[in-house]
Amino acid sequence: MNKLQDKNIITVENLTKKFKDFYAVNNISFQVKKGEIFAFLGPNGAGKTTTIKMLTTLLKPTSGQMQLNGYNPIVEQDKARRSFGIVFQDPSLDDELTVYENLEFHGVLYKVPAEIRKTRIAELLEIVELSERRNDLVKTFSGGMKRRLEIARGLLHHPRVFFLDEPTLGLDPQTRKHIWDYILTLNKKEGITIFFTTHYIEEAEKMAQKVAIIDQGKIVAQGTPLELKTQTKKDSLEDAFLSLTGHQIRAEKVSNVDRLRMRVRMRRR
Amino acid sequence: MSTIYVLWLRQIKRYLRSKSRIVGALGQPVLFLVALGFGFGPIFQKAGQGSYIQFLAPGIIAMSILFTSIFSGIEVIFDRQFGFLKETLVAPVSRFSIMLGRTLGGATVATLQGVIILLISLFLGFKPQFSGILPALIVMFLVAILFTALGTAIASRLEDMHGFQLIMNFLVMPLFFLSGAFFPLAGLPRVLSIIVKIDPLTYGVDGIRGALVGLSHFDLGLDFGILTAMALIILAIGSWLFSKIQI
Repeated sequence: MNKLQDKNIITVENLTKKFKDFYAVNNISFQVKKGEIFAFLGPNGAGKTTTIKMLTTLLKPTSGQMQLNGYNPIVEQDKARRSFGIVFQDPSLDDELTVYENLEFHGVLYKVPAEIRKTRIAELLEIVELSERRNDLVKTFSGGMKRRLEIARGLLHHPRVFFLDEPTLGLDPQTRKHIWDYILTLNKKEGITIFFTTHYIEEAEKMAQKVAIIDQGKIVAQGTPLELKTQTKKDSLEDAFLSLTGHQIRAEKVSNVDRLRMRVRMRRR
Repeated sequence: MSTIYVLWLRQIKRYLRSKSRIVGALGQPVLFLVALGFGFGPIFQKAGQGSYIQFLAPGIIAMSILFTSIFSGIEVIFDRQFGFLKETLVAPVSRFSIMLGRTLGGATVATLQGVIILLISLFLGFKPQFSGILPALIVMFLVAILFTALGTAIASRLEDMHGFQLIMNFLVMPLFFLSGAFFPLAGLPRVLSIIVKIDPLTYGVDGIRGALVGLSHFDLGLDFGILTAMALIILAIGSWLFSKIQI
C-alpha cells in the first residue's frame, strides 16, 4: 500500500448495489481521509443509506470494492465492525430497557472490559447530558434524547469511524446545534473520522471538509464545498447542488423507489 | 459467551417488565384448563380413563410453552421494525451467538410461563408426582428451545407481522391440536395417528405427562431423544436463516 492510500480510512471503488433491475447504488467511488468530516449529500432515495449499509456489513454489494480502516467489510466483517460506530436514520434502541442497560448491552457486545465500560458510559452520558436519566426506560424519551443516546452508544467502543445517517433529521434547531457540537468536539478530541449523510445543504457546507453529491445512485460531484461551487460556477452550494441534480422534486420518485424496493424484497422471499 | 448471556438477559428483562404480557398469556391456558378440564371430566371418567385434569394439565402446560416460545421467536420481527435488530447485526459478534442467546432467553421465558401454569393447575386439582418435576422441567425446556428456534427461523424470513395470523392458524394451532394434548394417543384413526406422530409437540406433551403423572404413550427416553434431535435441527436451520438476514 502506498502512502496516499494509507491516509484514507474509507476507500470505495466501483461499488454497486442492484435490487432486481433497480440500481440503488450505481458504480460509485470515493475516499475518506483519516480524521476528516465527510458528507454524503443527496436528495431522498439517492442511495446514501444503501451505501452506509454496505460499508457497515448490513448489506452485501452486488459488485465493487470497499475498505474500512484497512479491512474489507465483506470478508473481514468483525474487524470492520469493531472499527466503526453508527447512528442509524431510525432509532435502534431497545425501548423496554433503560438508558444504562442499552449502553451496557452495547459495551458487552463489543467486549469493552467492565471497568472501562463503566467509566466510558459515565463519561459519554455526561457529554450527551443524559446522566440524570440513566435509569429511565428509553420509551419515555423524545426523538432528540434518543438520538443523543444513540450517539453516546455508537461511541462507547472507541470507533475509528463514526457513521451518522441523517443525524439531525426531524430535530429542532437547538437539539441539532447541540448534536453537532458533540460531534465536532469528538472529531477534534478523539480524531474520529465522521461520515454523515444529509439532504440539508447548509449542514454539509458548514460541517464537512469534503462533500460527495449523490443522486439516483451515482456520485455526480465530489470535493470541498468551495471546489464544488467553483466547478459549477455557482455562488452557493445550494445552487451547485441544484445545477447538478436538477430541479425536479423527488418526493414522488422516492415513494416509487421505496415501493419497488419493497416489492423486490417481497419477491426475494 | 458474554454475548449469549447479555442477549439472554435482555429477553428475561423484557419479559419481567411486561406484566400485562405475563398475565395475558395465562388467560387462554387457564380457560382451557377450566372449561375443558371440568367440562370433559365426567365423560372421560365414564370412558374409564380416570381424571381428565390429570391428563389435560400437562397438555396445557405444553400449550402455554408452545405459544410463548413461538411468539418469543417471532419477536425478531419487532426488533427489525423497531430497529434494534440493526444494533445487534452491526456488532462484532457471530450471528450464531446472537441467535442462540435470543433463543435461550425466549426458551427460559416460555419455560417460566409453563411453570406458572403448572402452579395454577395445582389449584384446579392437578396432582403431579413430586419425583417427576425435574424431568418434566427438562422436557419443558427442550420444547421451549425447539419452538423458540422455529419462531426465530420463520421470523428471519418475514418483513412484518402480516404473516402472523397465517402462522397462528396454519402452524401453531395444528401443532397444538394434533399433539395429543387433549386426547389419548391409543386407538386413534390411522391417518390421525400418523399426523400426531409427525408433530414434534406430541413428544413434548407425552414427555411432560409421563414425567408428571406417569401416563406416557411412548418411552420417556424416546420423547427426550426426539425432542433433543428436533431442537438441534431447528436451531441449526434457524441460525442459518438468521445469518442470512440483510436489512
